[in-house]
Amino acid sequence: MSYQSFAEIIEICQSRDKEFWQVILEDDMSERNVSREDSMQQMHATWDAMLLAAATYDGSLKSKSGLVGGDGAAMERYQREKGTQSLCGEYVDMCIAGALQMGESNACMKRIVAAPTAGACGVLPAVLVPYFRHRNRDTETILKALYVAAGIGQIIAYRASISGAAGGCQAEIGSASSMAAGALAYLQGGDCMCIANAAAMAMKNLLGLVCDPVAGLVEVPCVKRNVIGTVNALSCADMAMAGIVSRIPPDQVIDAMKEVGDKMDSSLRETALGGLAQSAEGLKIAGQFKAETDS
Amino acid sequence: MNLFDILGPVMVGPSSSHTAGAVRIGYISGKLLQEKPANAEILLHGSFATTGMGHGTDRALIAGLLGMQPDDIRIPQSFEIAEKEGLHFSFSNVNLKDVHPNTAVLKLTGENGRKIEVEAASIGGGRIMIQKLDGIQVNFSAEKPTLIIHNLDQPGHVAEVTSMLSHKSVNVATLQLYRDKRGGYAVMVLELDQPVPQESIRWLEHLEGIIKVTYINVD
Repeated sequence: MSYQSFAEIIEICQSRDKEFWQVILEDDMSERNVSREDSMQQMHATWDAMLLAAATYDGSLKSKSGLVGGDGAAMERYQREKGTQSLCGEYVDMCIAGALQMGESNACMKRIVAAPTAGACGVLPAVLVPYFRHRNRDTETILKALYVAAGIGQIIAYRASISGAAGGCQAEIGSASSMAAGALAYLQGGDCMCIANAAAMAMKNLLGLVCDPVAGLVEVPCVKRNVIGTVNALSCADMAMAGIVSRIPPDQVIDAMKEVGDKMDSSLRETALGGLAQSAEGLKIAGQFKAETDS
Repeated sequence: MNLFDILGPVMVGPSSSHTAGAVRIGYISGKLLQEKPANAEILLHGSFATTGMGHGTDRALIAGLLGMQPDDIRIPQSFEIAEKEGLHFSFSNVNLKDVHPNTAVLKLTGENGRKIEVEAASIGGGRIMIQKLDGIQVNFSAEKPTLIIHNLDQPGHVAEVTSMLSHKSVNVATLQLYRDKRGGYAVMVLELDQPVPQESIRWLEHLEGIIKVTYINVD
């Protein structure tokens, strides 16, 4: 992408009277030398792949290690039974179920859309699919929200990282949550400043999150971390729509994420040498898995 | 990174490096073999060896060899499909020196007996780097049309290849040259901005001093 900061994009939005998604779409057209139709068509295909992945969740599947599977179905059942009686309410419960389901589908070798990574693939569809289905939004509006999300991801990838091995989980779930918060703020009618504030607050809330996968697998705690990315995105978008701003400017939040990632010990960056991976239970699971695969 | 590196790839999980990248390594290796693979001896290094099983790296590599792309929903069943298609394979672990942690070596034999050995790394986000071909450094991503020419190390071969490309209006993006010793065996790797016509590939194959020409153009 030719932009390296929220500040540049906001400047263009304000001086040329453009929307956030428009700036990102036009940048994609010039960067990849494609027409507007080609770019939109590819985004449409990406959205279709997300919808298909959400629709084909199979709650009976277990991952290769047997650690994950079925929780998304349990959450969906709970949401149906409890309705408005649950703590988060029907709509948020639906998003939570969606995040678990997509994370489990990924762990069970089903087809997903990395957004921005496979491990964090649940967050964006978890907020967008219920929005699309229950808030009567047309496909084109959702595609525009996806451009907003992708633009935020590109800024993060440029200024910091979207890889757990480089920056810990804050770079994966943190980035996904930031992208989702910005997309939601756009869908709710927020302007470019509101989008940037939602994205910044979502990232701030997850700064320092480490990548500590049990047995090195994209399963525990990855699947459930998609839920915190989702719920965090919803709350930050609502805060931004309420007029609450990030006291630290968005670009400086991203730079802080990079700094935290650089200072993070390598045992907490996707090596399974720290955190939950080294807990007594985590080690036991890793030992059992190794014995099974060696035999 | 472009927009669809952030929102994408559409892929079979669970890991872009250990699953999607592994499919692509298999896929590109199969293309490099230039015939249907009949036997594959696969060595896994580093993180591919230690956490590959849990990420389906083994099934992903075989799926790629069978011609599947990273978004093919048949990837989890690739072992069963390989059996039906007559592809025999074996896996073992290896400890290579100074290579990327996600590296695999594929020793392939085609149905007509053609053999190649590919060393490739999955470098993140589903992208890969072919590091060695038949033991010689090559370093290309296969994201662009790529021409790999084995020739005798003697004057004029680079000029022959580049003047042919110029004649066909093909722009060279990168050019690498390797050789085992002066006057020995040399390899030229050219990544190109446009595809090369088949008849030009055949023309190159018949030039004196050119030993082997491999051309791949995927995506």
